[in-house]
Amino acid sequence: MADTASQSSQHDPDARGHFGDYGGRFLPEALMGALDELAAEYDKAQHDPEFTAEFQRLLSGYAGRPSLLTEAPRFAEHAGGARIFLKREDLNHTGSHKINNVLGQALLTKRMGKKRVIAETGAGQHGVATATACALLDLECVVYMGEVDTERQALNVARMRLLGAEVVPVGTGSRTLKDAINEALRDWVTNVDTTHYLLGTAAGAHPFPVMVRNFHKVIGQEAREQILERTGRLPDAVAACVGGGSNAIGIFHGFLDDADVRLVGLEPGGKGLDSGEHGATLTQGTPGTLHGALSYLLQDDDGQTIEAYSISAGLDYPGVGPEHSHLKDVGRAEYRAVTDDEAMDAFQLLSKTEGIIPAVESAHALAGALQLGRELGPDGLIVVSLSGRGDKDVDTAARYFNLVEGV
Amino acid sequence: MSRIDELFAQTRGEGRGALIGYLPAGYPTVAESKELLAATVDAGADLVEVGFPYSDPVMDGPTIQAAADTALRNGFRLKDLFEVVESVANRGGRAVVMTYWNPVFHYGVDAFARDLAAAGGLGLITPDLTPDEGSEWIAASDTHGLDRIFLVAPSSSDERIALTTAAASGFVYATAVMGVTGARDTVGAAAQGLVNRTRAHTDLPVGVGLGVRSGDQAAEVSAFADGVIVGSALVTKAGEGTDAVAALTKELAEGVRRPRA
Repeated sequence: MADTASQSSQHDPDARGHFGDYGGRFLPEALMGALDELAAEYDKAQHDPEFTAEFQRLLSGYAGRPSLLTEAPRFAEHAGGARIFLKREDLNHTGSHKINNVLGQALLTKRMGKKRVIAETGAGQHGVATATACALLDLECVVYMGEVDTERQALNVARMRLLGAEVVPVGTGSRTLKDAINEALRDWVTNVDTTHYLLGTAAGAHPFPVMVRNFHKVIGQEAREQILERTGRLPDAVAACVGGGSNAIGIFHGFLDDADVRLVGLEPGGKGLDSGEHGATLTQGTPGTLHGALSYLLQDDDGQTIEAYSISAGLDYPGVGPEHSHLKDVGRAEYRAVTDDEAMDAFQLLSKTEGIIPAVESAHALAGALQLGRELGPDGLIVVSLSGRGDKDVDTAARYFNLVEGV
Repeated sequence: MSRIDELFAQTRGEGRGALIGYLPAGYPTVAESKELLAATVDAGADLVEVGFPYSDPVMDGPTIQAAADTALRNGFRLKDLFEVVESVANRGGRAVVMTYWNPVFHYGVDAFARDLAAAGGLGLITPDLTPDEGSEWIAASDTHGLDRIFLVAPSSSDERIALTTAAASGFVYATAVMGVTGARDTVGAAAQGLVNRTRAHTDLPVGVGLGVRSGDQAAEVSAFADGVIVGSALVTKAGEGTDAVAALTKELAEGVRRPRA
């Protein structure tokens, strides 16, 4: 298996964390020392064979990597006859790609001698993954989660508590992921001496975007090897959902140097771009700073953040990781929006044709793959990042499709 | 010499700290925020920080978060900020703006500096912009004659304090404790150490903020700092009206004038 965490590449940001015009550090001075320490420790760790070996051991022996690449022929019949392969991050321990990054950062936390971890979560996938890693590595864990999301994802709240984490519902602002991050940052600035902020996506201040990306690069490295082995060629397109963009940046990186492979990020179009209720940051936003980085942002005429909306709690975020902004501007990746309805159609279709219930987040990538397949025609070959499983979304689906009497 | 330099030359001459009061523009409404700021100027604030109500105030505790929410719900817009600053200047007060970076970035850094200077504002306090990312603001503040007040924290290394003070002008904002804004019973013991460490790198005045809420605390901080910054405690009083704000400001103004031990 490819060496996952240790390679630096020409795609790395500059020393202060800039991907082209984006990234950097826009956070209070009080956190600069901790960010410097984290960057230095991460730099040492990724060149330390002991650290990388321990990370590999956890990925294979605990998370269950490599994850499968599964062909989805019955699903693909609805995609103009193109071949579609699913990169099965849903089969990882805890049910999503999030475990890759969490294990890496939890190991770093131990290395830095910190005992307490805080995290934000939207859908609960990152919160559950963080609580899991903290249980495994004996770290105190506090997870901030917007009140809207604790209601949408009540089962994941219970999961985190079972794993020994404290879950703090956040009742400020839009009461979703954005506000959970605000509250986690307030905790961090107060407790930075003892606490690591285990950020769950490839966004935020340097070094988070590059570090989180590198912990997820294994997705793309495996997918590239697997698709070559199975089909003898590279795919025409790689599709992944983008909220903050961690699974997308992870799978994209496996193919970044393959100029003929289209990298397509699918953003939450919510109730439609014209409705104003969406989270399509890259397709509808403009550059701005939020949560520590300069990147595309949904904002109003005064630079106030606009609250995002999506049926998927994990994509309901008005910002996006800075590397995606860079890839968009230089034209290496393309981003489009998928509505709630399109995502839910794909959610149901995959369930019924392949027996795989995807996360609603990942269903956005599946809807994108259906579009791409029709555009590419019968010779098309697409790899989709199936970033998570849909168990947590059964309640959402039951309401959406009226599957249970009286709900 | 900027008007902030003149202020600190004067208060240093008087052997006291300057009283710096924070209130958000637009809280609870734009018109009332002008009255509240006028009350702090009249009651003895040497300098006021006009806060920009922002959707994602990660450095602020519950009091200022709630005030920002109220201001935004009551229709505060960015253009109102300049009007509020102008009202302070017209009252004979000195005003700087405290704002998170994105509204400035989105407006255009040079345009923001130009319009702030035209409104009579003296500078900008930037809680989430450090000199590392500050080149555009540093240029714009030079062009338009504004002071740039950067923050130092107890966690700042000497190297970072040197970098920050070299880029700052007017004064340096020292956060007394690790944490967000909010009134506290005690101002951290870390504050004096931070002021001393900062002074090792600069002759700029050092103001101390985060947690000050009473005349006694103001006197305590004034004994070792050039400025005493009061935010959340004033914002709480602003919810009760101009009389309450004036009364607290008078108490604080008396505090900074107590003889230094």
